[in-house]
Amino acid sequence: MTAVTLTIDGKLVTARADETILQAARANGIPIPTLCHVDGLSAHGGCRLCLVEAGPGGRLQPACVIKVAEGQDVRTDTAKLREYRKLILELLFAEGNHVCAVCVANGNCELQDAAAAAGMDHLTLDYTHPRREVDLSHDRFGVDHNRCILCTRCVRACDELEGAHTWDMSGRGANSKVITDLNQPWGESATCTSCGKCFMACPTGAIFRKGATVAEMDHGRAKLDFLITARGRKQWNV
Amino acid sequence: MERLRVATVWLGGCSGCHMSFLDLDEWLIDLAAFADIVFTPVMDIKEYPGNVDAVLIEGAVANEDNLEMLLKVRERTKVLISFGDCAVTGNVTALRNPHGTALPVLERGYLELADDTPQIPSEEGIIPRLLDRVVPLHKVVKVDAYMPGCPPPADRIRRCLEQVLAGQVPVLAGPDIKFGTGRTV
Repeated sequence: MTAVTLTIDGKLVTARADETILQAARANGIPIPTLCHVDGLSAHGGCRLCLVEAGPGGRLQPACVIKVAEGQDVRTDTAKLREYRKLILELLFAEGNHVCAVCVANGNCELQDAAAAAGMDHLTLDYTHPRREVDLSHDRFGVDHNRCILCTRCVRACDELEGAHTWDMSGRGANSKVITDLNQPWGESATCTSCGKCFMACPTGAIFRKGATVAEMDHGRAKLDFLITARGRKQWNV
Repeated sequence: MERLRVATVWLGGCSGCHMSFLDLDEWLIDLAAFADIVFTPVMDIKEYPGNVDAVLIEGAVANEDNLEMLLKVRERTKVLISFGDCAVTGNVTALRNPHGTALPVLERGYLELADDTPQIPSEEGIIPRLLDRVVPLHKVVKVDAYMPGCPPPADRIRRCLEQVLAGQVPVLAGPDIKFGTGRTV
């Protein structure tokens, strides 16, 4: 594999030619915020939180899907990027009904943490307060669409790790939602194996374990990461 | 040095932010050395006074009384601080907004779920009418600083008020602007 040399935030780094800007940055200890990205699952490029300035004119590019290139000059933390990231988070908060105070994931939520890290102390946008459903038909898990940010991590974990492909997307724009099977109640899904990988992958409280109350739910993400490493690198003992 | 005039106001919230304010414990004595608390729901003061240097406002704008009070407070205060998640985001108070207007919520609460004598409470001049949509403070008036948290922990309130005492418009950052609970689980 050929290696390329590029500059990230003024630092000269070397990366494999098939690596993304995100991989190269993280390998060199340069943090880039993400929400829809999970190491080991396919890249989605949906949340846009990982936008960086790369190439001529500082064009905005999602670091999770754009490959490194020889001589590339990447900026990960400019005033413009900070402004856009904050706006992206505002849009996510305004689009759903994210009420941290009464959420199972309170204190254990990537959206909540990302907002604080981006300096979002209030929303300049108006909340849309949509009417969305909660599906409690599954024995062990529930899905609260009010808290879903449409990152598709559940869809990808279910498809790529479990091989069940129970989850998918339906609708367009603001009417998009994650669905199980052909938009049937989750509890009636014929494909769901109840493995819980969607729950482990969920960054918010959208997919939750039944019986968990406010602020007490842990997603058990370590287990998901273990499975990804085990399958990807054949390392079962970490 | 002239003593600061500080106030706290309780709009559409649960009073949890004020409970957290009382959790400042002995630091309240230090605060009293520099500031007069000229209006607060934990003391019996009827009218919001003029020339207030800084106010912490808990709660969202949910009814006509909240709205009237907020406009009055803004007019009479130099630094207005949104105090807690309801003031900053609408939070639990705004959970009714997806239902559209206030009426379906009142009907659900007071008619459909009533065990006995179902009726929607209404008494002009006594019970303030609910607004159709609950909004955070900054959708109604200019807000100078934001203190998220449900409730904001006492040390967060202290870091905010220390800046007020230093004559600054407070700016919170990092973990101090996290919504929801500040405690780690």
